[in-house]
Amino acid sequence: MLAHSIFFYIFSSIAIISAIMVTVSKNTVHSVFFLILDFISISCLFIMIGAEFIGMIMLIVYVGAVAVLFLFVVMMLNVAQQKNQWFSSSESSKHVPTGLIISVIIFFELIIVISGWKYKPDLIPAMSLNINNDITNTHSIGYVLYTDYIHIFQLSGMILLVAMIGAIVLTFRQRSGVKKQSYFSQISRERQDSIEMVDVESNKGVKFDD
Amino acid sequence: MIDIGLGHYLTLGAIIFTIGIVGIFLNRKNIIVILMSIELILLAVNINFVAFSIFLNDISGQIFTLFILTVAAAEAAIGLAIIVVYYRNSSTIRVEEINSLKG
Repeated sequence: MLAHSIFFYIFSSIAIISAIMVTVSKNTVHSVFFLILDFISISCLFIMIGAEFIGMIMLIVYVGAVAVLFLFVVMMLNVAQQKNQWFSSSESSKHVPTGLIISVIIFFELIIVISGWKYKPDLIPAMSLNINNDITNTHSIGYVLYTDYIHIFQLSGMILLVAMIGAIVLTFRQRSGVKKQSYFSQISRERQDSIEMVDVESNKGVKFDD
Repeated sequence: MIDIGLGHYLTLGAIIFTIGIVGIFLNRKNIIVILMSIELILLAVNINFVAFSIFLNDISGQIFTLFILTVAAAEAAIGLAIIVVYYRNSSTIRVEEINSLKG
């Protein structure tokens, strides 16, 4: 129990510090790296608490795909050198007090809700999806995900498909003036279109159309 | 303090959520950091879902975490595509210079 709490405090403090560094670091590439550190420490917390599958999926999806995607875009757009100018221009510093006040209010609202939350002991759960300790976490997720939530699962696949098509359509552009092979016109070229047999009389030569 | 309960995880989620909101409000650099703050907010929501799922002994919280993960990945892909297209058109993604709507 002591080790559990020690590891909880270590991972959560790393997560909070790196979340702060994501928002305040001057270089955008450093922000992406701190985002990766944040995801890794949170997934360590998930594995520690007993949700191993979600923790590993977080590592694969966020660190392996989303953060690398962010890194690609940051390096492609050449914005890594744009320095973070905190409170520098008068235009933006108007928003700063309002934003801080709203954030503090949200934080205290969340704290009030958390500290006042109490689980009714006689509350009957709506669906009996209790965690069975005899089978692994991945097994129990699979038993529920492919039976009770199969339609939502298919729908999330559709969401990913739509996102993929949307991203391709948004970023696709047809460049003009680029020479490239046209396979269809090459393959569909016929012998009659390109070769003509001509009887050449002597001393007359051949007159071409073009 | 030693016993880690549900409240600890919910407090961690609340802190990361607030940091994400502060990042959205106070960011003046570029819009990619705003997208990263949105990812932080979704991460805080995931923490809450998983903590409730474990401490209430109900698997459906982890299922919904999977769906949130899906939506977050789709949102990041679309948002970054929009940012790339915007940068191609106007060659800046600084938050202050994006003012076509006079907001």
